[in-house]
Amino acid sequence: MIEQELKMIPAREPPKMAVGTIAWLRGNLFTGPLGTAAILLIIYGLILTVPPLVQWLFLDATWFGASSEACDREGACWAFITARLDQFIYGFYPSEEYWRPNLFFAQLAVLVGWLSIKSTPWKKWVLGYSLVIMPVVSWFLLYGDIFGLAKVDTHQWGGLMLTLLLALCGMIASLPFGVLLALGRRSDMPVIRSLCTAYIELWRGVPLITVLFMASVMLPLFMPVEVSFDKLLRAMIGIIMFQSAYMAEVVRGGLQAIPKGQFEAFDSLGLSYWQGMIMIVLPQAMRLVIPGVVNTFIALFKDTSLVLVIGLFDLLAIIQAGLNDPKWLGNSIEGYLFAGFVFWIFCFGMSKYSQRLEQQLHQGH
Amino acid sequence: MSEAELQQKATTADSAAKPTVSIERELTQAQANLIEINGLNKWYGQFHVLRDIDLNVRKGEKIVICGPSGSGKSTLIRCINCLEEHQQGSIVVDGTRLTNDLKNIETIRREVGMVFQQFNLFPHLTILENCTLAPIWVRKQSRKDAEKLAMEYLERVRIPDQALKYPGQLSGGQQQRVAIARSLCMNPEVMLFDEPTSALDPEMIKEVLDVMIELAQEGMTMICVTHEMGFARTVADRVIFMDEGQIIEQAPPEEFFNNPRSERTQKFLGQVLNH
Amino acid sequence: MSDPEGASINNTSSGPVNRLLNSILLLWRDASIRPLIMQAVVVLLVVAMGAWVINNTMNNLETRGISTGFDFLSQEAGFGILQSLVEYDESHSYGRTFTVGILNTLLVSVLGIFFATVLGFLMGVARLSPNWLLARLSSVFIETFRNIPLLLQIFFWYFAVLAALPHPRQSYALGDALFLNLRGFFFPKPVMEQGLSAVFISCLVAVGLALFLRYKHRKQRVETGKGISGAPYLMAALIVGIPAITWWLSGATMTFDMPELKGFNFRGGLSIIPELGALLLALTIYTAAFIAEVVRAGIESVQKGQKEAAASLGLKPGKTLSLVVIPQAMKVIVPPLTNQYLNLAKNSSLATAIGYPDLVNVFAGTTLNQTGQAVEVIAMTMAVYLTISLSVSLLMNIYNKRVALIER
Repeated sequence: MIEQELKMIPAREPPKMAVGTIAWLRGNLFTGPLGTAAILLIIYGLILTVPPLVQWLFLDATWFGASSEACDREGACWAFITARLDQFIYGFYPSEEYWRPNLFFAQLAVLVGWLSIKSTPWKKWVLGYSLVIMPVVSWFLLYGDIFGLAKVDTHQWGGLMLTLLLALCGMIASLPFGVLLALGRRSDMPVIRSLCTAYIELWRGVPLITVLFMASVMLPLFMPVEVSFDKLLRAMIGIIMFQSAYMAEVVRGGLQAIPKGQFEAFDSLGLSYWQGMIMIVLPQAMRLVIPGVVNTFIALFKDTSLVLVIGLFDLLAIIQAGLNDPKWLGNSIEGYLFAGFVFWIFCFGMSKYSQRLEQQLHQGH
Repeated sequence: MSEAELQQKATTADSAAKPTVSIERELTQAQANLIEINGLNKWYGQFHVLRDIDLNVRKGEKIVICGPSGSGKSTLIRCINCLEEHQQGSIVVDGTRLTNDLKNIETIRREVGMVFQQFNLFPHLTILENCTLAPIWVRKQSRKDAEKLAMEYLERVRIPDQALKYPGQLSGGQQQRVAIARSLCMNPEVMLFDEPTSALDPEMIKEVLDVMIELAQEGMTMICVTHEMGFARTVADRVIFMDEGQIIEQAPPEEFFNNPRSERTQKFLGQVLNH
Repeated sequence: MSDPEGASINNTSSGPVNRLLNSILLLWRDASIRPLIMQAVVVLLVVAMGAWVINNTMNNLETRGISTGFDFLSQEAGFGILQSLVEYDESHSYGRTFTVGILNTLLVSVLGIFFATVLGFLMGVARLSPNWLLARLSSVFIETFRNIPLLLQIFFWYFAVLAALPHPRQSYALGDALFLNLRGFFFPKPVMEQGLSAVFISCLVAVGLALFLRYKHRKQRVETGKGISGAPYLMAALIVGIPAITWWLSGATMTFDMPELKGFNFRGGLSIIPELGALLLALTIYTAAFIAEVVRAGIESVQKGQKEAAASLGLKPGKTLSLVVIPQAMKVIVPPLTNQYLNLAKNSSLATAIGYPDLVNVFAGTTLNQTGQAVEVIAMTMAVYLTISLSVSLLMNIYNKRVALIER
């Protein structure tokens, strides 16, 4: 009897309304009359704007040419970009030496790829190389005047190359300072703690542009008369001082996340403060702060565009300068779109990477 | 009298001036007393956590400290390791007086192993690296020697096969056994246990206690803060009951459990044993 | 007995130098003295470095013949400023340019904060909308503008968009009142006349009364379950009626000063110069993209269980949002939101790149160039931003403490 009653119910297909395109549309687009109205409005707006935009951007665009006259004004004048691409990437670097920045870019690409792909070996060593040896190697590679490489003065550097250099250098050099400042801000010693706090809050409270002004105008005053910095070095020093403060706050966040027990454990094993910090606390904290570090790097990468106010030619500044070339008047939209596109690719890529890392961290804990 | 002798005198419990013959006796006594705590007082702000604690621990002695939470028992053993600073009184470990002198603090920490309630393993290092870190950097052993030693101790706590895993991959009981092995790798004179089983699931408590019992049988000097009364009965030479920052009662386990003298002890035992 | 300390003391017999070294060693080894020594050393280093820098600066200033001190603040500036909220012309002092700069910075910051908040909240809510297309569009907006340098956006609006506007003679116009052209956006300026102030005050009174009525209504509603009947109508009547009656009684008139094309530009009325317009647009959009993320994170931080609990108690979606979700989300939103406000204020300094006369432009720019007193000028400029940042973070700390207290 019971056997008969207990008939297993086989799984059935859901009714048509619950799945499929129509259900998705109902659930996600045409939600109620208000939603439907909004959607129709948006779609209408898109129809009005997107096709002409595509037309202008691609179909009617002029891709190559020697001056603005080569472009008909129906579409975008990408000739401006293609004709000056070398300058946008390398600045005023002599063209017979382009292989040097190219090598620098290639090195960067390999290192970034190596560090961001999960299964590559010797990560520690590669990271060590990137943080310590790479900046030195890159400097000699680009500046030259050694191993028979021709000297290329820093005022010839520019474009994307300079943007990357400023951001990378600011980042890598500010790491150790940031770590020290963060440790100082969490120190038991009141004098050291307040000094570090004051430093951090001072730089975080003022805009980068004033820091750059300071570096370019005041730094020469601070140094003995016979010491002179070139413009690039001054900008770098300003950026590093500024970035260290932000880095310190990121690192401090990581330090705070390390449980007290870890400190007690290394204390009770007899390790000294610095041994414990270097071998126990920092390795754990740094792993936690990678997403934060990437985020400050993105901010810095965007902020490097400010160096144009002190007369350095980064990517944006060199495009801006190109726009004033009498041969290429009237291409400002194209110029800014291109610059925006390049910046966007870098920043968006990095922010996606940092989001992925953050998710992994959340799952890991 | 030389300064060295003065120093020595301060460290011995019985400090009456004696002729030279008895100095030898004092010395042996000092060695026999591995830990000597006299008149220890500690405050957290206005709160008086430890009140006039006197405690001597002989070499090889096993002591269990129990008492209600907030009675200062954890604080007491953390003072021995200088994880907490005390304000009054003296602590002498193996002849080294715990003062402001960092050298002495270092020496004491080398001699005293500590096992925490929350294990406090280093999550970014493998089990083996956890065990070899301090021997290499504090005892200055070679990596090879340190690893050999670590493997010996890991075998003794019965997890040699986990040596290359990370702490996060181990169960709580296994992690606590690693923590014990990590402390043992420093060849400490005395081991402190701060509620080593409180953070464990019931089925894992036994595996940790077994290791601790074995350690006790090998003659290790141990001070355990624990609520495991069974462990206290089997292993302890002396059970100490603390409440409100004082030592209320101390006695061998049979005496302590069978006829506790103070009323508070009776009440506490009543609550702990009949649940 | 193995006592290292005793051993070292015993060795002191070998001489006064050793004795001294030993006592220093003992001090260094003392846990309570070592930190003091370290801090003293750090202070010494910092002071020494400060002295060195000051000394160098003094020497440098002397060799270059630059004067020091703040006397320059009372000298005549001799340059004009595009836009000023207070009276200013070439004959005013450098001190006055400082004030003009601060006010212009504050103006663009306050306007930017207002618009960025509105746009940011809209975008943040849209990002979480169940409407797929809306959510997509807003995330495209956020991801686009967040990842492009602000300076580039300012340039884009200023040099590419606003520069493409027509000349004043071919202005886009709305009636005879609003004009948009290369020189800016022009709109009528209300002129206060006698009696109008009474109308203005009566407006305030009306709003106050209405708010009081609303408070009474809600209180009664919560206590007795039934509010004052017709309260919303009464409120509307108050707000419209009182000013209208005052207007009629006082016989006030309100006139507008209309912008008019004279020669090559408009005169009269109020105008937003294109520098301000471009800066405001860029700051608003850039910051809104960040605020949208803050808002999204805040709303997402409220656990799903909270909404479900509210729904299971029978609260309608609107009430759930206003009584349960938003109060909790605000606690998460406010701290990073203030951070964004501070960023906006600091970012407004990019104005100098397109010539909007903010503090950095008129003071750290023109004034510095004319006087050469870099140290004083930059220190004053930084001090202004620092004051703003520190006072806002002070307020923020107080707020956080209060919130933390409430949660306990």
